[in-house]
Amino acid sequence: MSIVEKQNSPTYQDSNSTVYPEKEKEVSNLIKKFYKSNIPIEIVGSGSKRKIGKPLQCAKVLNLSKINGIIEYLPEELYIKVKACTPLEQIEKELKKNNQQLAFEPINFGYLLNGKSDSGTAAGQVACNISGPRRFKVGSVRDHVLGFRGVNGRGDIIKSGGTVVKNVTGYDLSKLICGSYGTLVVLTEITFKVLPLPQESKTLIIHDQQLESASDFLDRSISSSSDVSGATFLPIQPENNGCMMDVEKTFKLNDLKHKGSLTAIRIEGSKNSIEQRVQNLINELKIIDTNISILETYQSEIFWNKVKNLEFFSLSKNNILRIVVPPSECIKLVYQLSNKFKYFLDWGGALMWLEAYELSEEMFESIRKKVVKLGGYVTMIKNSDYLPYVEDVFTINSDRFNISQNIKKSFDPKRILNPEKMYTGI
Amino acid sequence: MPKIDRKLISKKIQIVKDLKKIIKSENVLDHEDQVRPFETDALSAYKKKPLVVVFPENTKEVSEILSYCNQNRIKVVPRGSGTGLSGGALPLADSVLLCLGKFNKIINIDYKNRCVVAQPGVTNLSITQVVQHKGFYYAPDPSSQIACSIGGNVAENSGGVHSLKYGTTTNNLLGVEVVFMDGTISRLGGKTFDSEGYDLLGLITGSEGLLCVITEVTVKILKKPQTVKAALIGFPTIEDGGKCVSQIIASGIIPSGMEMMDKALIHATDNFVKAGYPRDAESMLIVELDGTEIEVKELIEKVSNIAKKNRSSSIKISKNENQRLKFWAGRKAAFPACGDMAPDYYCMDGTIPRGKLAEVLKEISRLSKKYNLPVANAFHAGDGNLHPLIMYDANEKNSLEKTEKFGADILKYCVKVGGVLTGEHGVGVEKRELMCEMFNDNDIQQQIKIKRCLDSSGLLNPGKVYPILRKCAEEGRIHVHSGKTKFPDIPRF
Repeated sequence: MSIVEKQNSPTYQDSNSTVYPEKEKEVSNLIKKFYKSNIPIEIVGSGSKRKIGKPLQCAKVLNLSKINGIIEYLPEELYIKVKACTPLEQIEKELKKNNQQLAFEPINFGYLLNGKSDSGTAAGQVACNISGPRRFKVGSVRDHVLGFRGVNGRGDIIKSGGTVVKNVTGYDLSKLICGSYGTLVVLTEITFKVLPLPQESKTLIIHDQQLESASDFLDRSISSSSDVSGATFLPIQPENNGCMMDVEKTFKLNDLKHKGSLTAIRIEGSKNSIEQRVQNLINELKIIDTNISILETYQSEIFWNKVKNLEFFSLSKNNILRIVVPPSECIKLVYQLSNKFKYFLDWGGALMWLEAYELSEEMFESIRKKVVKLGGYVTMIKNSDYLPYVEDVFTINSDRFNISQNIKKSFDPKRILNPEKMYTGI
Repeated sequence: MPKIDRKLISKKIQIVKDLKKIIKSENVLDHEDQVRPFETDALSAYKKKPLVVVFPENTKEVSEILSYCNQNRIKVVPRGSGTGLSGGALPLADSVLLCLGKFNKIINIDYKNRCVVAQPGVTNLSITQVVQHKGFYYAPDPSSQIACSIGGNVAENSGGVHSLKYGTTTNNLLGVEVVFMDGTISRLGGKTFDSEGYDLLGLITGSEGLLCVITEVTVKILKKPQTVKAALIGFPTIEDGGKCVSQIIASGIIPSGMEMMDKALIHATDNFVKAGYPRDAESMLIVELDGTEIEVKELIEKVSNIAKKNRSSSIKISKNENQRLKFWAGRKAAFPACGDMAPDYYCMDGTIPRGKLAEVLKEISRLSKKYNLPVANAFHAGDGNLHPLIMYDANEKNSLEKTEKFGADILKYCVKVGGVLTGEHGVGVEKRELMCEMFNDNDIQQQIKIKRCLDSSGLLNPGKVYPILRKCAEEGRIHVHSGKTKFPDIPRF
């Protein structure tokens, strides 16, 4: 048997004890075997987001990359059914042919985590449930998963949901699976809701604003009837030893007419409609003596892709934190975190991305305390060389921990699927 | 339903006495005449008087009641406004019916975070009413919105006519406070987008009162669109209407609402409210479009063109807000209009892929002949949610059984063409035995295990959603081999 033939065999194991099943039934059989012999396994797709969460030390790695391919795509029914590890790029390309998209704007974490573009797989998106700038308008990944098939920690093949938007038949397990980082089910098949691509996109940029006025513009834009689909604030921050984030360097676009911080508001739709809406918005925001630029579709798309894919941070060796708070608390949060860190705001102030230089675990926990007090949560998305490990990557309270532990047990009683990936004890 | 615990019923006096220690005695109803109004919800074909009805006034009382019932192995059925159509709030003879009617306050209107915090007994419509003066509204709008409670909406994951564009309850919910069967009070979500860890908020939404009792709800509010217009389009056949729906969606338009009615319902509703519907049409669409003025104008033109290509027999565009509401008045009167045509009607709720509409309607009409029962069809065409209204006379012998069989056949067909059993009414008691049409043993066991980890004795709303094993096995749906079930240690709820 040649090496390639060996590798293609469903029971092939390389030196790292990685198995590559090709079919759902094989996944089920493998997990049944691991369940019987109490072998913990790490579940991996393309590995683009493998660094998020706690590092795993498992006896086996279940690599699902061979379970891929589009199963069914019905544009007029607004859904696409794919095998778990179908590359996201392939899905997005296929959808684009019919002027459709995954509206939650999947983030390409490759720039941040691996230094180059790598948008990963469908299952990876679902496992992490992290959505792009359009989140506040259209919902997150979890709002776009209509159903799934997968294998639980006993090796049973289970399914939930379907291919239709309106469905209350049984518990909505699709939601539970989203953001569970592979700790409940090994996904084998996912059905996404898809939506039409907006014909055009325009971005209104208000230049050189301070945090307070920027936040006020974002807030009023989202509360307007202009149907805004992106609202971000990119501040210019003092030179900071070791921090990479640099707004002016990242955003070199011809139509950006002025210097200083960028407060950006996106409007999408048909050509005539968005022109009217941008004008309405300028009137509603009472922008008179302020420097503004307007990015047309081509540059607007480049701009939001850079924001979405965290391209500021592509060369950063620092810790990158993702903080979500109620929008009303974002100013308070920025003040409380003082000027030690570089940041930018998305989702109209409800999401903050933070680059932290020389962060210690104590400092991280003190940030967490402040965030929780404001009603939010914080995740360590990327570790630095200074702080390669933190005990609590994710935020949880004891109440929810207890419930989560029980939920985990109901899916994976022996804790063999990605054990401790999210929390110690789950 | 689960076996009646006669021993427990014999302890009624003591239970009532104990409950009166937990909450004000006037909030405990135990006399037969007092509990009778609560014997059913909006699925009135099923009736059962509960042992006792309680009206707690705050979360602490809910927690103490649940904790007491959990310790004493007493079943609890939660109830909001009782407008559910699947029997989800149907009491059991040996249960405490826990009504949240006194949880009727709006707690906080937060424009800065664009949300409203309300107690669960607040009606769906009143959330929109408290924010509409600032141009905001709450998007999900089930047809019972003037009466149904927001807590009930969360329990059933209610939809409405605008869910294609704006989603159902689960997509518009930010947080809840809940009490689990052991009395634990928990907050899930809050005022942030998403929350970290397992999406427990998503899990309890649509869980039909089986996992916890909801005591507070935080929902998203949206700014009203600048312009809203509706088009009323008639078609010579159902197929033409169905094709038009698919083509509108395929062209990249997401209408805020898209409703379809068949001839029987066009006539019934037009007789009822004189909405000006095209009476010669075999099927009719109401397509609602929203956005800026220019956008709506463009969309109406596009929709009209697609309709014409699909042989539409008439197109009427709403000229003003009054006319738009008139268009909807007929659709919203679908249920009472059917009530006018027959002594009783039974409303079904399957969801199908939009492209299968004509096929499913043909099958319904075949079944209608087979069962000799007339049927009218209302259809949330945009999201594939079908509401056949079967008309019957409950006074005729066996007519309810016959109607239920007819309904079950429709739902089975929905599943067969790739759809689901229920789009927005819930499984409840009504569709419990049909669950095995959609799910196999593994799927159901996984769901039951989740139930068990949050309610270990199976006391919260038992007998709903999940099939009673015996019945499923009898009908050959769950495979029981030589009397041995899988996981015999797990109680079947």
